[in-house]
Amino acid sequence: MSLILIIEQILNGLQFGVMLFLMAAGLTLVFGVMGLINLAHGSLYMVGAFAAAAVAGATGSFVLALIASLAAAAAAGAIVELVVIRRLYARDHLDQVLATFALILIFSEGTRWLFGSFPLFLEVPRYLSGPVTLPGGIQYPLYRLAMIVIGLLIAAGLFWLIARTRIGIQIRAGECDREMIAALGVDISKLYTLVFALGAALAGLAGALVGAIQSVQVGMGEPVLILAFVVIVIGGIGSIKGALVGALLVGLTDTLGGVFLPRFFELFLAPASATSVGASLASMLIYILMAAVLLVRPLGLYGGRT
Amino acid sequence: MKPIRTLALATSVMALATAALADTKIGMITTLSGGGAGLGVDVRDGFMLAIDNAERDDIEVVIEDDQRKPDVAVQTSDRMIQSEKVDIMTGIIWSNLAMAVIPSAVAQGVFYLSPNAGPSALAGERCHENYFNVAWQNDNLHEAAGAYANDAGFENTFILAPNYPAGQDALTGFKRMYEGELADEIYTKLGQTDYAAELAQIRASGADSVFFFLPGGMGISFLKQYADSGVDLPVVGPAFSFDQGILQAVGEAALGVKNTSQWSKDLDNAANVAFVEAFQEEYGRLPSLYASQGYDTANLILSALEKADVSDKDAFRAALREADFDSVRGDFRFGNNHHPIQDIYVREVIKEGDVYTNKIVATGLEDHADAYASECKM
Amino acid sequence: MGRERMFNAAMVLALVLVPLWAWMTAEPFIITLATKVAILALAGVGLNIALGLGGLISLGHAAFFGIGGYAMGILASHAQTATPLMEWPFLIEGTNQMPVIWLVAVVASALAALIIGALSLRTSGVYFIMITLAFGQMLFYFAISWSAYGGEDGLSIWVRNEFPGVNTLDPIQFLAICYVILGAVLVFAARLARSPFGLALSAARQTSERVETVGLTPFRLRLTAFVISGAITGLAGALFADLNRFISPTMLSWHTSGEIMVFVILGGVGRLYGPVVGAALYILLEHLLGGVSDYWQVFLGVLLLLIVLFARGGLIGAITGREVAHD
Repeated sequence: MSLILIIEQILNGLQFGVMLFLMAAGLTLVFGVMGLINLAHGSLYMVGAFAAAAVAGATGSFVLALIASLAAAAAAGAIVELVVIRRLYARDHLDQVLATFALILIFSEGTRWLFGSFPLFLEVPRYLSGPVTLPGGIQYPLYRLAMIVIGLLIAAGLFWLIARTRIGIQIRAGECDREMIAALGVDISKLYTLVFALGAALAGLAGALVGAIQSVQVGMGEPVLILAFVVIVIGGIGSIKGALVGALLVGLTDTLGGVFLPRFFELFLAPASATSVGASLASMLIYILMAAVLLVRPLGLYGGRT
Repeated sequence: MKPIRTLALATSVMALATAALADTKIGMITTLSGGGAGLGVDVRDGFMLAIDNAERDDIEVVIEDDQRKPDVAVQTSDRMIQSEKVDIMTGIIWSNLAMAVIPSAVAQGVFYLSPNAGPSALAGERCHENYFNVAWQNDNLHEAAGAYANDAGFENTFILAPNYPAGQDALTGFKRMYEGELADEIYTKLGQTDYAAELAQIRASGADSVFFFLPGGMGISFLKQYADSGVDLPVVGPAFSFDQGILQAVGEAALGVKNTSQWSKDLDNAANVAFVEAFQEEYGRLPSLYASQGYDTANLILSALEKADVSDKDAFRAALREADFDSVRGDFRFGNNHHPIQDIYVREVIKEGDVYTNKIVATGLEDHADAYASECKM
Repeated sequence: MGRERMFNAAMVLALVLVPLWAWMTAEPFIITLATKVAILALAGVGLNIALGLGGLISLGHAAFFGIGGYAMGILASHAQTATPLMEWPFLIEGTNQMPVIWLVAVVASALAALIIGALSLRTSGVYFIMITLAFGQMLFYFAISWSAYGGEDGLSIWVRNEFPGVNTLDPIQFLAICYVILGAVLVFAARLARSPFGLALSAARQTSERVETVGLTPFRLRLTAFVISGAITGLAGALFADLNRFISPTMLSWHTSGEIMVFVILGGVGRLYGPVVGAALYILLEHLLGGVSDYWQVFLGVLLLLIVLFARGGLIGAITGREVAHD
């Protein structure tokens, strides 16, 4: 196996991880600030992808499509927060799990009702399509590089937002002591809506970015949702830094495991069964990783609360 | 209890009353909600088009959604057989649902005509006199792809499929016909949507061509990413990833790709021309492979009903076996195991105006029967 | 308490009378539906021991449901093909006897619950929800690629397994078996809740410090509850497999976990008859709404949402006007 292939796979893992981070960031923020567990986060990812596909189909502009995905997911998030989610903050996790499970049903089948059962079309814009040659002669799709860059920029922006801005201070204060910041006169319900919409917008953007190279279809958010949960559990729920580290860890483990495990088993098994055993184990790998992390650190890598 | 969505074709009470004795009741279980609903909708629409066209008032079709859940399918089938007393069943899209429903349905004396799934077990050892497959045995299209790979002069093909039984069958089917070398053989995760890692492997493998079986959203994702990766090898696959329903979602990325199918919109026979036109008129979209299979299934039933009453099981079975109907795919007959013997074509994805669709460029396999027929003692 | 008891009695009566009526009017499918309700209720009763009594929000109970199902599928498929399950180190044959299958299902799922519980209970709160979900997914992916037993296609068992002295192929007799098991488990669950163990478990849910001071370890209490819970859900899985004569990884998917949880909550968490009412309501809704629209799940979602938001005690709570606190 050549070095070039290994580097390319690491880039792939990185790109996957960065997209997972966009999903996980919203989840972990919402949990950290409001103490809410939101299973319907994957639906917001889907909303973003569908909005982008609809706008791209109508206008032909990818940039407009991305803006639409941010706007639609943020709007959907804000509406859901105002109508449903804010009634759940004081409830236990069980009610939250159930209510957001119900939201998944509504979002998924509602989208199918609106857009039909067939996947929608969304493509990579011309100026980002095709491969570029990286130093060392590595051919790599430009769009995936762009995804890595966008994801890292957003991660940096998020860290800046939380560390340096007034909203960030309020968010951090909210994570430490919810009653206290209300007492200090911060409009807590507005803050909550804002955080939820921000998380939703990030998920929507991830959906649109990924939708351009994957299939825009109902239910696309659920596999990603479960991975995002794995990410925030590994990273420690409520920690943005944990989400970033967890996302990269999961992205790299999943990508590299899928490539190298079958090779590894080929060393001592027949090729056909090595492929099959390796592929099976690779699909379980991130869950094994998660169990292992939790055994050593029950609150995740950077977690401080339950 | 649940109000049953019955599509009674009788136009008047009189007709119902007079036809009551000769009533044929068909139960259709197919996927109409959740993931994969597009396929079920197409089978249903194709099937109902043929039934409606026949304008017979003695046929009743009961349609139920299986949600792509095996347990729902099994229970619905039990109800159709036990409570509604259907004579014929059809509609199931997925092999795992077919395996759950068909053996017990035919054992209870019902005829089952498969409009899509063709698991190998039901073609071989577990074949049954009341079970007919009107589409294909699962391996067929992959075998044709293997044969095409030989014709096209591929010598070092990279093959991949999801890691589940149908995926394993697909690669087995391809290898059964393919004579060249394999650059590599890869199983991906079921439901996987990112193929960056596999594309890198393809690029590094030195392959001269790619064969893949990735149904539904997996195929859309793969093709989009393939087109964007700069890998420029010829691709071949079964029709499932290039069908009318999903081609528009793949878009330009699919242009020029070869795929194997027993049917195509441009097949030049009278039945097909009429079907394509009537389907578009009725539903406002181009028919898909699945719609053609639903349409053929209904026409097969209608042709047998012309010859025999469904209550005379032996006569009706014999009439089905003759397959005396104008299939939209051209020549069609059944082998000893009640699976099709048919031509499988190679299609190429083209653009007609604004619409992506397929045209036939070659014949992959002629008069092809499946590999399991000899295991069937019938 | 009076109203809740009357409601429960009415519920039990309905569950007996409806199939009886269906039997007399020759509507076997309604009997099948009642059987499904009983089996899913059993799974719910199992989850309720962890959820209601122990306060353990497990989003991975599909694992035990599936293990029970696979226990049935594996044993019955080997009996069907007359091949031994394994020959080394000792010979194990397949079987089509329900009592044996149930025993294996219970033991296997209890063992799995012991392992998963021992690892998961090191965490709590959201982490516990997520790690149980992850273990469920792990088994789900394993089952999908386990081609020896059908992989994603699942396994069909052509004939229902046997129970001495009963014709299990007759829907009403199979229903009777399921009712008897459900009844027995309900009695067991009621006694468990009132036993010293149940009281200690409840106390541990509310304030675990207080339990520790009297010398009990909350971890052990919870683990025991989790194992009992998993074993009951596993038994339900074996019955469900026999109802459908079919198993597949769908039984292990996280949607199944979600649905079992929905039964419990629809009826009312921590109530003995909650899962029974919830499962009955769910199946009824599925069939009423399914007839109205292809998009029935939208309505199901809205209804669920309304129940969670406005009827906290579940259906029983809404009707009897009492809430049972849960946390």
